Amino acid sequence: MPDLLLELRSEEIPARMQRKAAGDLKKMVTDGLVEAGLTYEAAVEYWTPRRLTLDIRGLNARSKDVHEEKKGPSTKAPEQAIAGFLRSAGLTDISQAHIHSDPKKGDFYVAHISKPGRAAEEIIAELIPGIIRTFPWPKSMRWGKASAKPGSLRWVRPLQSIVCTFGPETEEPVVVDFEIDGIRAGNVTYGHRFHAPGAITVRRFEDYIAKLEAAKVVLDADRRKQIILSDARNLAFANGLELVEDDLLLEEVSGLVEWPVVLMGEFEQDFLAIPAEVIRLTIRANQKCFVTRVQGETENLSNRFILTANIEAKDGGKEIAHGNGKVVRARLSDALYFWTTDQHDLPDLDQLTDSGKKFGLDMAKPLDQRMARLDHLGVTFHAKLGTQGARVERIKRLAREIAPIVGADRALAERAAVLAKADLQTEVVGEFPELQGAMGRKYALLQGEHPSVAAALEEHYKPQGPSDRVPTDPVSVAVALADKLDTLVGFWAIDEKPTGSKDPYALRRAALGVVRTLIENGVRLGLGPIFSFWETSLAPENIEAATPLSKTDMRPARNVDLLSFFHDRLKVYLRDQGARHDLIDAVLASGAPSLPLAGRVSAEPTGGGGDEALGSARPPSALPGISPARGEMGSSSNDDLLQIVRRVEALGSFLDTEDGKNLLAGTKRGANILAAEEKKGTRVADAVDPALFREEAEHKLFAAVNHAESQAAQAIQNEDFSAAMLALSVLREPVDSFFEGVLVNDEDEAVRANRLALLSRIRAATDKVADFSKIAG
Amino acid sequence: MTASLPAHMHPSRSFQGLILTLHNYWAEYGCVVLQPYDMEVGAGTFHPATTLRALGPKKWNAAYVQPSRRPKDGRYGENPNRLQHYYQYQVILKPNPSNLQELYLGSLAAIGIDPLLHDIRFVEDDWESPTLGAWGLGWECWCDGMEVSQFTYFQQVCGIECAPVAGELTYGLERLAMYVQGVDNVYDLNFNGREGDDKVTYGEVFLQAEQEYSRFNFEHANTAVLLRHFEDAEAECKALLDAGAPSSKDNQPLHKMVFPAYDQCIKASHVFNLLDARGVISVTERQSYILRVRNLAKACGEAFLQTDAGGFQLNDKAA
Repeated sequence: MPDLLLELRSEEIPARMQRKAAGDLKKMVTDGLVEAGLTYEAAVEYWTPRRLTLDIRGLNARSKDVHEEKKGPSTKAPEQAIAGFLRSAGLTDISQAHIHSDPKKGDFYVAHISKPGRAAEEIIAELIPGIIRTFPWPKSMRWGKASAKPGSLRWVRPLQSIVCTFGPETEEPVVVDFEIDGIRAGNVTYGHRFHAPGAITVRRFEDYIAKLEAAKVVLDADRRKQIILSDARNLAFANGLELVEDDLLLEEVSGLVEWPVVLMGEFEQDFLAIPAEVIRLTIRANQKCFVTRVQGETENLSNRFILTANIEAKDGGKEIAHGNGKVVRARLSDALYFWTTDQHDLPDLDQLTDSGKKFGLDMAKPLDQRMARLDHLGVTFHAKLGTQGARVERIKRLAREIAPIVGADRALAERAAVLAKADLQTEVVGEFPELQGAMGRKYALLQGEHPSVAAALEEHYKPQGPSDRVPTDPVSVAVALADKLDTLVGFWAIDEKPTGSKDPYALRRAALGVVRTLIENGVRLGLGPIFSFWETSLAPENIEAATPLSKTDMRPARNVDLLSFFHDRLKVYLRDQGARHDLIDAVLASGAPSLPLAGRVSAEPTGGGGDEALGSARPPSALPGISPARGEMGSSSNDDLLQIVRRVEALGSFLDTEDGKNLLAGTKRGANILAAEEKKGTRVADAVDPALFREEAEHKLFAAVNHAESQAAQAIQNEDFSAAMLALSVLREPVDSFFEGVLVNDEDEAVRANRLALLSRIRAATDKVADFSKIAG
Repeated sequence: MTASLPAHMHPSRSFQGLILTLHNYWAEYGCVVLQPYDMEVGAGTFHPATTLRALGPKKWNAAYVQPSRRPKDGRYGENPNRLQHYYQYQVILKPNPSNLQELYLGSLAAIGIDPLLHDIRFVEDDWESPTLGAWGLGWECWCDGMEVSQFTYFQQVCGIECAPVAGELTYGLERLAMYVQGVDNVYDLNFNGREGDDKVTYGEVFLQAEQEYSRFNFEHANTAVLLRHFEDAEAECKALLDAGAPSSKDNQPLHKMVFPAYDQCIKASHVFNLLDARGVISVTERQSYILRVRNLAKACGEAFLQTDAGGFQLNDKAA
């Protein structure tokens, strides 16, 4: 069966686009061939900086003939209908149609259409130009004379030539002839730009790849990567060093060369005073080079770096290594300048006094000065949420409130919050935004900040995702929560919520961060009070004007929505942890649907997270104007995420017991009966009247429900969910006996209403813990 | 291909020799070799020979040196790599010839860069000038890891689609000279290629000026006056465009005053750069200043298309 070789050779394609482009080419070509009725055995794509190549094996030489019958109108149909049929079937006269008979419908026309198969070459010649014209490059361009006219060909960079050959193994392949904007497909390509500038005539993939290799082009990107990686490791090793591996850089570098040659360069030891991360990023971002360490070192870098050239230089690469060394030195001089500048006074200190006072900054310290400048410059955080300065003020006040709850020192948390964003004004972060936080920490340590404050400057950005580390130092926890909660409440207030796949402010990640930070540190925090504190004390002055949803009277709806956003993140989190989602739903459904404006905040010692019963000593509420109204509403507003988790755990353990299973069955049975009767409109007594009991089982169940309910309520007030479950478990026996010995639907209406009321008491009692109707099984 | 120069004018010995070699190379190709534009600009692209001539259908091949001023990059002569005044060598070919990469590599060979000794690379770099409303795709050209040129296929200039596309090559002359002369400090470049008493260095020519202009740019430029200059240039640009606009009443189908108007756009842009260096433009204001210059550039570009050089054909509209 014949094979197809396609090469699109262009000027240098950006490294980051090559892999996907080659994949797109394969998909578009194979899809197109299949759609045209051809099949193939295998297709492999290749790429270099200057070419996308496709090797398709075992393609049919022709597509099959296709015969089809097209049903038409009745022979008695009006002329118009028949004319339409002729047009759609491609016939010129109705005599060309056949007449079929149907016992019910009578005679009707049928067109016999046969499409003869086409030669694969013809299909290919028709297919490829369309693919080239509609190729999905992220950014494409026009070029040359042709670009004078509208609609000229677009490609990622000028397309230079096309190779397209087709033919069976045993015969000489032919060039598939097509032309696009003056570029005619042929069998000629070119090798390495400098080593082998001459034309190369190719027949099929085997000689193509071999001739390219001889012309100093390694066609396979994964092989280029392998060569670079192993040569780099060996070169480092031979010099007593270890390569600092970097997959993304390796991928990029392999897309910058056709003939990789690995070389080593060096810079002065003095530059090693710059933090390792800054050196690595400087050399990587600007020079696309790898850094190395002395073997056995884990942190510090060596002063040698590894570069990948695209030629086998006449002098063995001395000039190249020397030249790269010069550029790296110049870049590191800049980095060193940034690093030292950041540790010195700002030139415009006199203008920063007001901002310094506003935040209680120590203007003798470099990082404090940077925070003052961040405020002074009025850098926007979000048009509707104000400046970075205003944001830091909010984070500071939130951190101050959250600190005692998470066991952090208030002064330290405030200090960390005030400095949290200061490094955005440093030169190093200006150059490498990905170092935000990490640089804040380094500069904070250099100016003698408390280690917890310094750590918080970096860790308050954490966790960045489901697998990132959660901060554990109480100061970091306080600032991390304050930062993320400010963002979430703020963006909800201006109605910038994530929609579908769009989440430009990474709010899902922030909410998951809050969930993980609270739960993995065992922190009890009522989110409701935080929401209202933000709204009453922190919201930007003009927020009401921001969106219709930022109005005060929209608050309750907004907060319910935000809380359910947290619940969704919590569900995802718990599900990933292996929790049953029906239990989560059952626990969430047992809570009141709206948030009380006042709420509770409390904590247990951080670092816990174990499943021992909750302690009873609670520090007083930290949020002003909020009484620690713990107890009567304790389990119902569902704004305390850790408590939800505890309830899910307790419920899960309970349902694993025999008592739990039976109680669930009994409760469900009762609830079903009740629901059915309620639907019919059967009266249910407002309260249970023992005088109406006829059976012993009724008395026993009533006594048990009374007892269990008060016990469970007491346990829940103490937030001891296991005890609450235990209290409910004694209901199992009386519930079972009740259903065994008592017919709910008694003839006496009063007795029936009373029994239904008794059933509703079971539901009320269990509802304290979870909505059992949501539980599966 | 290159006309022979005396040994002391070889690019590896002389800064001016480098310039002359490039002049010869591109003159040989057929470019008009222009002299620098006589106004302060931030880059060679601002020269009307690029900004305006990149528009319209007419063929245009030009090469020139353009002194470029970036007030913010001043370092009082203390940084060996950074200058607030430096030279760009600019080549503009419209439409771009299909072998533009080869032509560029030929120019490197002409100044003594052997591609089998030095690692020459084309690394993705999408170019954009917000103030000129211009963008294009191309590369940074690397020589042994150093960016020595910018290579751009203009797609849009002054907010107008380029038809046909022009290829633009911009060589950073000081960098390139430092490379071929093997010098680590720009001020040590040999300017005239002579040795001993006759040698003139780049520092002798420019160091004092760098120090003085750094003072001016960062400390002394009168911001009130500059702000006024900006307003004046903006107003003048608009007024000139209005005054020269085509008019059916006067049977005047062509625009009559594009180049003078564009000068005012250049002026506004440079004044903005000075104000920026003086640190009197806030982050939010920055955007609006850039937008104002861009609007001027756009209006000039549109006007240019209504001129002879812009390819406007009288008989198109005469009927």
